[in-house]
Amino acid sequence: MTGYIIKRLLSAIPVIIGLSIIVFAIMALIPGDPALAILGSYATPENVARINRDLGLDRPLYEQYFVWITNLLQGDFGRSFILNRPVIDEIMDRFGATLILAGTSLVLCSIFGILAGVVSAVRQFGWTDRIVTFFVLIGISTPSFWLGLLFILIFAVQWRVLPASGMYSVYGGGDLPDLLRHLVLPSITLAIVATGVIARLTRAAMLEVLRQDFVRTARAKGLAERKVIYKHAFKAAFVSIIPVIGIQAGFVMGGAVYIETVFQWPGIGAMLVNAISTRDILLVQGGVLVVAVSYVLLNLLADVAQALLDPRLKS
Amino acid sequence: MTEALATKPQVSTARLSSWALLLNNRLAAAGLVILGIICLLAILAPLLPIPNPNATNPPNRLQPVFSDGHWLGTDHLGRDILARLIWGTRVSIAVGLSATAIAALVGSLIGLVAGYARGRVDNLLMRGIDMLMAFPYILLALAIVAVLGPSLINALYAIAVVNIPFFARNVRGVTVGLANREFVDAARLSGKSHTAILFTEVLPNVAPVIVITMSTTVGWMILETAGLSFLGLGAQPPQADLGSMLGEGRRLLFNAPHVSIIPGLMIFALVMSINLLGDGVRDVLDPRLRAGDLTRPRSVTNIKRDTIPPKTMQSSDILVVDQLETSFQRGRATIPAVNKVSFSLKKGECMGLIGESGSGKSVTALSLLGLVASPPGVITHGGVYIDGEEVLSKTEHGLRALRGAKVAYVFQDPLTTLHPLFRVGDQIAEAILAHQPLSRDAAHSRAIELMEQVGIRDAKERVSAYPHEMSGGQRQRIGIAMALANDPDIIIADEPTTALDVTVQAKILDLLQDLRRERGLALLLITHDFGVVAQVCDKVAVMKDGEIVESGETKTLLKNPQHSYTKKLIACVPELGQGKAFLETVRPLFAEAKP
Amino acid sequence: MSANAIVVKDLVKTFGGKRTLFGGTSHAVHAVRGVSFDLKQNETLAIVGESGSGKSTIARMLVGLETPTSGTMEIGGEDAAALRAKGSRIFGRMVQYVFQDPVASLNPRKTINDILDIPLKLLREYPREKRQARKRELLDAVQMPADTLERYPHEFSGGQAQRIAIARALAAEAKIMVLDEPVSALDVSVQAQVLLLLDDLKREFDLSYLFISHDLAVVESVSDRVAVMYLGEMVELDTAAKLFHSPSHDYTRELIASAPRLESAAS
Repeated sequence: MTGYIIKRLLSAIPVIIGLSIIVFAIMALIPGDPALAILGSYATPENVARINRDLGLDRPLYEQYFVWITNLLQGDFGRSFILNRPVIDEIMDRFGATLILAGTSLVLCSIFGILAGVVSAVRQFGWTDRIVTFFVLIGISTPSFWLGLLFILIFAVQWRVLPASGMYSVYGGGDLPDLLRHLVLPSITLAIVATGVIARLTRAAMLEVLRQDFVRTARAKGLAERKVIYKHAFKAAFVSIIPVIGIQAGFVMGGAVYIETVFQWPGIGAMLVNAISTRDILLVQGGVLVVAVSYVLLNLLADVAQALLDPRLKS
Repeated sequence: MTEALATKPQVSTARLSSWALLLNNRLAAAGLVILGIICLLAILAPLLPIPNPNATNPPNRLQPVFSDGHWLGTDHLGRDILARLIWGTRVSIAVGLSATAIAALVGSLIGLVAGYARGRVDNLLMRGIDMLMAFPYILLALAIVAVLGPSLINALYAIAVVNIPFFARNVRGVTVGLANREFVDAARLSGKSHTAILFTEVLPNVAPVIVITMSTTVGWMILETAGLSFLGLGAQPPQADLGSMLGEGRRLLFNAPHVSIIPGLMIFALVMSINLLGDGVRDVLDPRLRAGDLTRPRSVTNIKRDTIPPKTMQSSDILVVDQLETSFQRGRATIPAVNKVSFSLKKGECMGLIGESGSGKSVTALSLLGLVASPPGVITHGGVYIDGEEVLSKTEHGLRALRGAKVAYVFQDPLTTLHPLFRVGDQIAEAILAHQPLSRDAAHSRAIELMEQVGIRDAKERVSAYPHEMSGGQRQRIGIAMALANDPDIIIADEPTTALDVTVQAKILDLLQDLRRERGLALLLITHDFGVVAQVCDKVAVMKDGEIVESGETKTLLKNPQHSYTKKLIACVPELGQGKAFLETVRPLFAEAKP
Repeated sequence: MSANAIVVKDLVKTFGGKRTLFGGTSHAVHAVRGVSFDLKQNETLAIVGESGSGKSTIARMLVGLETPTSGTMEIGGEDAAALRAKGSRIFGRMVQYVFQDPVASLNPRKTINDILDIPLKLLREYPREKRQARKRELLDAVQMPADTLERYPHEFSGGQAQRIAIARALAAEAKIMVLDEPVSALDVSVQAQVLLLLDDLKREFDLSYLFISHDLAVVESVSDRVAVMYLGEMVELDTAAKLFHSPSHDYTRELIASAPRLESAAS
């Protein structure tokens, strides 16, 4: 098992290197003078010269990449000229907020998605199945940014039961219950689409597995139907759902961009949208890289979890 | 073989039925209607009697819904929301469809080439796709827009790029399966070049997958382009799509919620109708869904008998099957698979049930304890008596008490019939615990004993192996050990050696034979192989088209078959030692078949 | 033409075993380990063996679907490597192949007409009218009705599909046929019919067969000589009569002893 984990860890290295090259290329691809693009209206001659020196733009591309990646590894992501602070500081400040939001949503969508999918498969063609299927369809068809606005209108403006925006109350608050109250609307909004997708795939996986020969074997042994479904069939289906959850983590992290904007959640997603509007390229670069690398690591975790449950994958 | 030729090909009706199937699905039909109306409005936008969507009229701003001259009110610049909605929908649909077309074209091409070429090309292309997939979905789109600058066309490219991997992966998956199929090799041997094979042999088979992927992704793409516009990274004023309308309206959320709610509702209606239709399309194009194969089989076969046979029957036989009839329901038609089959089995006796594919022998075996997958299976007539008790009248609970206890099954392919994720010892122990009040430890040591009895060496170590770590023969021994777990009176073995090599088959048959003699088991052996029957069975019944055409003592029946079908069948089995004479003996049997 | 349709010398096929990125070697599977044999004109040579014995790999190498790791093959007196260099079409005119699973060997989305048209057009380069006429002759030869042409593969049973697949192989007018388990996916009664058909065709078209099978009784009924494969090696090669009556290798003896027999009834 340790061997498998090490192998899998090693295989993530080329992916992360590839990611860094793509993100680096974003810089290189920007038409015109990168220094001007980075600085925008801050482009005084001194600043341009400094950027060019900082980034080593007078050197060939691959050398520039090595300089850039070496700096990255030392925690130097460059400096945001719009915010006038190091990129790494801004990212560190906001990364936690995104992690809380995306993490909560991922837990919510995994639990409810799998639950809904299993129930729907077990009661196939019954009323529960129809209702679940219908809500799943609504879930995956609703624009999350619009749903967020509706929730604000209903729960914050009309009923005034939950806060409309932010992560903590401006006055007082700052404790865990305050955070949780602020977390309810954005995390649910963010989880809805992913819940739909997971429910759908769980249902399909369960139905597929229930047709397999080994389920018939379990029945032929005289096992109780409960055991056949929740032990034999569910375990086999769950193994194929784990990677789906890994992929949904990507959707949740990406979807955070909308939700953080709508709910003014101080995370990396909202930061990225602002940075793109202000052409703060170094901040975009750093933010994208950090989120992408954490996504890769999360998928790695999903792979390992799958291998732990499925002995066939290790050999 | 003439019956198959009698049915004329019905290509046109098959196509028609696809449409009919789609429209039969009420939800899909509703999706089609809504989508049709929305598209029609969008296409006819220039002809409709609506105001110019960009004509501002500040004094008249933020009019509510249903106000005079503005059904859906006006926005913060006094522009008519209805007009903007229709024109915005037009833009959103156009962008969504273009993005889908680009992603489908590029992604499918990558998938086709990677899946067909395999090796280095595959590796290179798919690692590239993996790179794209390594970014969280919308983040890559953001990065692309960051490079190209915010605009609708750039948003379109970004969304297309991030969707390429879905097409590439799905198409590659199917292509890999197809490229290994014999018909691709056959086309190669017929002189086709690789390019020709890829586009004329493989592509037509991949096309349904491309259509399914398109129908499931087009909704997302519309949603995501709207999302980019909502963030201000897509359509730039004065150009407007549904997303940018929503984004602009968001600032007025508290004063004039309708400005943002209406475009959001439109996006929802559009995407929902596409998804409803997409699901319908998928159901029609996916052959498994079409055949109803993805319905959940119940724990006991449906039993719909007009008359329930008497509970007890005077007979010394341990198993009596009386006039059993099992059918399959396909749509409204009921297709009989087992037709009034009767036979009986004494204690310790071995009977072979032999027949060719489709003769109903396996369905008969599974019907005995209600294990035929249902839907589509239905038991429509007859009774099954075990120890004088009618089994099919029992409750689910009563049936379950018999399964694996008094009557145990051994199935054909042990790789698919054993659970891949549980250790073999646990699977045997589970069978024991289902019927005996033992502790886990006791069941575990009993499992080891059973494994030793079926001839597995090092049973103490192998008990914690997974099925995939064993050879085919060993796996089948596990299957047999599991069947023996509760000391059954009857074992029903359904083609237990068909998946095995001859040398292994011989050993497994010997094992079954020994166990039967030691324990006085009655064995019902389902097979297509007369050699197997001859080797182990006391008596044999020959099945054809769901009926038993002849039965009797194995020796007599094989030596002196009565029914013409049995005669022909036995004559067709080549025997070692016959040599080339075999062909000459069967030639007269098929003489009349020749033109 | 020489007297031998196929001559194979020291044929080796190893899958995997390549250097990986980190300097190690991946797991190598020695499918065929140095096999030599020849197939004479108008002869039926059978290769028997169990799963994993390498018999199908030999067949696939002979028709150019796999490339040998080492060793030489001569087909119709010409070196196979040289043939392949001239392009797959020349290969296809020399030797054809019949697959185990007949339904899988026919493209489900093409009519039989399309399927039979390909070899006639690409390998024989016949004009349109000639192709139409040939297709009817071929269907006649495999005893299928002419209206087969407009149909799709799924409309046929396994036995019928195998006849169509044989017709396609005949269309190339190659004199050598590699038959890879051609009857093992079929029911016994259909199996006998296809064996008869193959026997008739052999005489009618002057063919040489390399017959791959795991079924000893089937092999005995069709072959002149028999080769036994075991774990990638050819352990025995002899005339059918000799091999079945006095097998010299232990494995051959075990195979023969394992085959179920009708006369064993009531033992």
